[in-house]
Amino acid sequence: MNNITLTSVSKHYGKTKAVNTMGLTVATGECLALVGHNGAGKSTLIKMVLGLVRPTAGTAKVMGYDPMATDFNRVRQDIGFLPEQVLFQNNMTGRETLAFYAQLKGASLSGLNDLFNRVDLYKAADHRISTYSKGMRQRLGLAQALIGQPKLLILDEPTTGLDPASRQNVYSIIDDMKRGGTTILISSHALTELDSRIDRVAILKQGNLVALGSIAELRQNIGLASEIKIHAPDSSMELLAQHFGDKCFVNGVAHFSCPADEKIALIRELMDLNISLADIEVKDPSLEQIFLALTEGQTNE
Amino acid sequence: MNRLWTLITKEVRDGYRNRWVIMITLIMTTLALILSFLGSAPTGTTSVSPLAVTVVSLSSLSIFFIPLIALLLAYDSVVGEAERGTLTLLLTHPVSRTEVILGKFIGHLFLLTIAIVVGYGVAGLTISLTGETNFADQEWKSFIRLLLSSVLLGAIFLSIGYMVSAWVRERGTAAAMAIGIWLLFVLLYDMGLLALLASGDSGINGELVKWLMLINPTDSYRMFNLTSSSDTALLSGMAGLSSEHRVSDASLILIMMSWVIAPLVTACAIFKRRQL
Repeated sequence: MNNITLTSVSKHYGKTKAVNTMGLTVATGECLALVGHNGAGKSTLIKMVLGLVRPTAGTAKVMGYDPMATDFNRVRQDIGFLPEQVLFQNNMTGRETLAFYAQLKGASLSGLNDLFNRVDLYKAADHRISTYSKGMRQRLGLAQALIGQPKLLILDEPTTGLDPASRQNVYSIIDDMKRGGTTILISSHALTELDSRIDRVAILKQGNLVALGSIAELRQNIGLASEIKIHAPDSSMELLAQHFGDKCFVNGVAHFSCPADEKIALIRELMDLNISLADIEVKDPSLEQIFLALTEGQTNE
Repeated sequence: MNRLWTLITKEVRDGYRNRWVIMITLIMTTLALILSFLGSAPTGTTSVSPLAVTVVSLSSLSIFFIPLIALLLAYDSVVGEAERGTLTLLLTHPVSRTEVILGKFIGHLFLLTIAIVVGYGVAGLTISLTGETNFADQEWKSFIRLLLSSVLLGAIFLSIGYMVSAWVRERGTAAAMAIGIWLLFVLLYDMGLLALLASGDSGINGELVKWLMLINPTDSYRMFNLTSSSDTALLSGMAGLSSEHRVSDASLILIMMSWVIAPLVTACAIFKRRQL
């Protein structure tokens, strides 16, 4: 069953086509990443899923309901949302802020301590938000999105402005939620860190969906090469040079690049040479490289 | 209903937290006391109730001050939350946009009511306790009318403020429009009418001018309070108004109520169409 189904949705603001006839589905329990430059249409897409913006054309269905219909309120309590930028009221404490949103969702207030623990804000829960650092505010926003065990979690740039430790905290929470069966829609710039967590990627460019699939599928389709680096004693290097030619040597390290699907064959060939090797590094193209290859030539705003 | 209550209590807590209620109540009390004592000085030992003098003074204060603070409370409410990003977040929760506006309205009106009742109440009590007239013989009816109609006046400008706030894209624009609206209703409108009357055009119909005046809610408010008793009418120069020029309380309340409801409904309608 699909949690989110978008059927050729468009959103035009005047002449600007923020989202242009896009079709996209997110299955229940899936983690889909929306990737694209600023202005690619990620936020508009998220707003259509949340029922904040009415599509100019096409239909959206989220958990079986039309997000713009009034009965969508029935499923809103099962949706957690972290906006790209949110400034909570400075004169309220973290606990008051979460209690406010929990009451609106009809969620119990007893779960709040647990939420503060999860985002590492337990000690600061009763302090005013004016005393929070940027990272703490972002974590409070994340805790807010987790209120009431959402079945659908939508995170718009969840790691922007976070230090590496807080980022890891965010990622571990995403992992937890995923294990718990929550459907996750995440838009992000931090591509490399997302690699291992997401099931599929949707790459957006100027309101169009330019690629959709798992990272492995995208790699194959684009034909980006995998890199193989070999460290070996000098004697082995000579043998390698005889076999593969010497153009692949840089600073005493052998570099090979090959299409992703020929990787195994190449490694087998190396093994068959039966020489002593110190180390092998295999690097597949990262989400970042795939993204750059697909959106090449576009100026970043 | 539960959610509406949550929205209301948040607004009330905000007003309390940022010391808004305390500040406005203090200002209202101080101004009301000053005006009341200044106003009561010349009455001496006449037969006019000192509280009636206070009602006349305070209603003049209200006409300037209450629309201003109501607009200040309301102009920022939608557009400010939109700029901070909390509006987007709020609307992903199971609340309708109408509930959001209503929650703000009821919460703000509660804050305003506290400021009015405490501020004017302190002034009224002080005057009636220090005067020579018997406490029970005071013009309490006029005073209660003043309190209730002042709350109504506040409600009117809250609704108008939400209309502006739901419509514009930037806080600065909303602030400028709020000031413009205040100037229009409190000063310019009456000046325009006065100019019309002073032009001496013989074709001007007195009845028409009267209704033109009452369309402005601040004038309806003035009429409602200044003619509330023979004492207040005498003090404000309204006593000369012949009975056929009097407007019934019901009509005045109706005009003021429409000024609450129409802008509030419009504010909800504008807010529903607002792009986020």
